[in-house]
Amino acid sequence: MNPQPKIEIAALRKQFGQLVVLKDINLTVEQGSVVALIGPSGSGKSTLLRCINLLVTPNGGSVRVGGDSFVFGTGAKLPGTRELARFRANTGMVFQHFNLFPHMTALGNVMEGPVTVRGKSKREARELALTLLAKVGLSDKVDEYPSRLSGGQKQRVAIARALAMEPDVMLFDEATSALDPELVGEVLSVMQKLASEGMTMVIVTHEIAFAREVADRVIFMRDGLVIEEGPARQVIDAPREAATQAFLSHFHRGGAATPPAETAL
Amino acid sequence: MYQWDFAFLWSYRWLFLNGLGVTVGFTVAIVALGLVVGLAGALAKLSSFAPLRWLSLAYVEVFRCTPVLVQLVWFYYALPILSGIEISAITASMLALSLYGGSFYAEIIRGGIVSIDPGQTEAGAALGMTPFQTMRRIILPQALKRMIPPLMNQSIIQFKNTSLVSVLAVPDLLYQGQIAAHDSYRPLEVYSAVAVAYFVLLFPLTIIVRQGEKKLSTSD
Repeated sequence: MNPQPKIEIAALRKQFGQLVVLKDINLTVEQGSVVALIGPSGSGKSTLLRCINLLVTPNGGSVRVGGDSFVFGTGAKLPGTRELARFRANTGMVFQHFNLFPHMTALGNVMEGPVTVRGKSKREARELALTLLAKVGLSDKVDEYPSRLSGGQKQRVAIARALAMEPDVMLFDEATSALDPELVGEVLSVMQKLASEGMTMVIVTHEIAFAREVADRVIFMRDGLVIEEGPARQVIDAPREAATQAFLSHFHRGGAATPPAETAL
Repeated sequence: MYQWDFAFLWSYRWLFLNGLGVTVGFTVAIVALGLVVGLAGALAKLSSFAPLRWLSLAYVEVFRCTPVLVQLVWFYYALPILSGIEISAITASMLALSLYGGSFYAEIIRGGIVSIDPGQTEAGAALGMTPFQTMRRIILPQALKRMIPPLMNQSIIQFKNTSLVSVLAVPDLLYQGQIAAHDSYRPLEVYSAVAVAYFVLLFPLTIIVRQGEKKLSTSD
């Protein structure tokens, strides 16, 4: 529908010292679509996700999100801290270990961005935060501190906190990997709801069944390269590459193929 | 057998009170100044600008690895020759003790800041906060809680270190005690009373610190 993709990444390269983590990555994400990054640990998928909002500075290539584009590599000028902050304010990120602010209540966590970064009044931010906490099903936990919440509740607060910045794009970095199995569903269902509302999302996940259900496209990475990409069901049900088949076989054998989205909703 | 006699101390009460006032005043001043210096030193040591880091490292190590008594004497007798500016014993003491304390505070503050999970900085950055906003809103409030017990401990040490200023004839509690001892020829009672005065002031503080530590370990 939109001729220009929302996210466009070209020839992206990243190395930590001698270790090359991303080699020539090209990726586009259409407005309103959901892309899942899958692959074994160490494949570079989390680093790629962190390059999209520049939490990790690439060594080469270009990153464009909406109207903001950055070029990296020799001769390219690195963006300043203010420019980076403004850019990151427009993308929401959800972390594997939640990274909630432990000295603030759930409400305080969600209000923090709008108040400190957007300069909203406390009253306005509070209203927005209450709406978002209701949306993730936590109206009864607004005054609790993170230490009193379960993992699933923490992650839902973290999603509300990211949404409070009214981002164009949401990035999920293994949002359910640190959760007890019985708490995974409540987080996935919130993510599915967001996807159905048309949020542009990039998801790093080990929930293959969820990726199959919710993602429009799946990208399989290994050793810093995109090995295979395509429509979600095609990549997961009928992978063409041997590496993808080998990776996915672990999941099918593990019996994780029950779509958690169905059990959650 | 020595005949103890504490009654005569009463006639020196104003001397002691004066000295105590100087000691407490000195402590408040060097703790406050030391904290300002320490915070600056800690932030410099965490800076991404290398020369600032080296400067802070040099400062902290020089002051941590030389005796505070040597620093006091150096600031009073040597610095004026170097700088050409005459400084009073009080100024020299203030400078030496604040910088000495600051070097320890800097390490405590730096340690408190780096002890906060890097995920917190990432979360702040991901929300679009500048590094300064993240430090002020996210890192420092959490780090401060962890820093308070060691900062209190160091401040207690600073309180005791003020007794060293008596060598520069700054009229603190110990210096006034020396006067009283010479005057009365009863050093045993005088210096015992001085020690008790320090103890009575500091002991409650150590209890507060210990309770603070206990509370902290249960809250995290």
